[in-house]
Amino acid sequence: MSDWVVQAIATAVKAGLVIGIAMNIVPLLIYLERKISAYMQGRIGPNRVNLVLGDVRYLLPPSMRDAVPASLSRFKLIPGSLQPLADAVKLAFKEEIVPASADKVLYYLGPLVAFVPVATALAFIPFGTGTWDLFGTGHVIDLRIASADVGVLGLFAISSLGVYGIAAGGWGSGSKFPLMGAVRASAQMISYEVPMGLALLAAIATVGSVDTQAFVYEQATTWGGMGWLVFKQPLAALIFLVAMFAENNRLPFDLPEAEPELVGGYHTEYSGLKFALFFLGEYMAMILMCSLFVTIFLGGWSLPFVVDPSGTSGLNALASGLVFLAKIMLVLNFQVWIRWTLPRFRYDQLMHLGWKVMVPLALANLVVTAIVLHLAA
Amino acid sequence: MLALVPGYVPIAFLALVCLTIGGVALFLSSVLGPKRRTKVKEMPYECGVDPIQQGARERYSIHFYLVAILFILFDLEAVFLFPWAVGFREMGGDARVVVLVVVLGFIAALGAGLFYEWKRRGLEWD
Repeated sequence: MSDWVVQAIATAVKAGLVIGIAMNIVPLLIYLERKISAYMQGRIGPNRVNLVLGDVRYLLPPSMRDAVPASLSRFKLIPGSLQPLADAVKLAFKEEIVPASADKVLYYLGPLVAFVPVATALAFIPFGTGTWDLFGTGHVIDLRIASADVGVLGLFAISSLGVYGIAAGGWGSGSKFPLMGAVRASAQMISYEVPMGLALLAAIATVGSVDTQAFVYEQATTWGGMGWLVFKQPLAALIFLVAMFAENNRLPFDLPEAEPELVGGYHTEYSGLKFALFFLGEYMAMILMCSLFVTIFLGGWSLPFVVDPSGTSGLNALASGLVFLAKIMLVLNFQVWIRWTLPRFRYDQLMHLGWKVMVPLALANLVVTAIVLHLAA
Repeated sequence: MLALVPGYVPIAFLALVCLTIGGVALFLSSVLGPKRRTKVKEMPYECGVDPIQQGARERYSIHFYLVAILFILFDLEAVFLFPWAVGFREMGGDARVVVLVVVLGFIAALGAGLFYEWKRRGLEWD
């Protein structure tokens, strides 16, 4: 087979793999988030919907049922683990309520635009090595969907379109709370994109490329495999991390959906699967931003002694994928941890932090980076 | 042109996949589930009170427009720095000194713009 055909098939497989894994991380993340939140607050959390429903003794022949103690009969495998699935099914069968005052086109477009660009931007994330020799056939597979040179820049260009979905949904609902939520969300997301972009600039200057795979190679091949940008660019990493929370509308920056003030924010008027799509988009954005943070600052799929950055074996490629998955799960759980550690900001504090602290800091970091790079070269 | 295919066509492919997922979800939500529309149910939600005015194309704080304008300014200026960031490390000796001075000047201009905005109270949120 020609390389072109192999690459086309590989692209389809990679796309299915990435979307499949990302879509499966979402329910897992919702479950983990609810469970971790519960433990942090001394609650139990979801524990009713289990993998085994009912009495397992009925799986045995009648004569053997009494031999199993009653305490073991309701064996629960990871209590509550199927709760997100149950919620999804519930949402699917909910009535679709469209407000009479809604702008129908924008109302339907909102959730779609909030989800599609964010999920599409995953194409740029390298989830494994770029040198896997496909079963020794000589076809080199790059473990990311789009091997585009624009990398980080393209990722930002596409994922930023998600703001339009939120704005369209909030405006199209024709209701006051969603409008306020949408306006707040858009202002917050674009405000924090400035420091995020500036922090990214410092990282790009350090690596000398916008190619996402180049970022990982640079980090995997310097300082004995630990040349992670979180060590080389600590301030940029911190700014990016804070901006990441604001971009994802996560606590402590969840003002767009501050329940006591705004009911549900921009998705107040949405029900059923349209609400689920907004929700999915939000969690996809979390996964995307965490993947980007891992790729740029935490060495991506690389780990000294575990992954060989230029290895061609299938085992090496698999190891790199698992390392990447482990890293993003850690960062995702960090987000949940922060959620219950810091209280919510006020809106003026949020804008103050964004424009008066983060932007000047990011600019200063850029100046220092420029001078250090000049002196070091 | 052909060289662009492996890098960029997969993005369109993935966008199509995601669009399909989203479209199916939208379609299912309009097919599944009961449909009992009432006038009260279709009112905009205002915590159970009758809506004060029909529709909500209200005015909101002018600050939000200002933030959007500031974003365009600063983000556009940041975009000019991307080519510098990519090429700076590989530049040789003399050229790099010139480029460094120019870039520092550019960042200073950015900083001055921010400072001006700050002093004109454009960043205040009262």
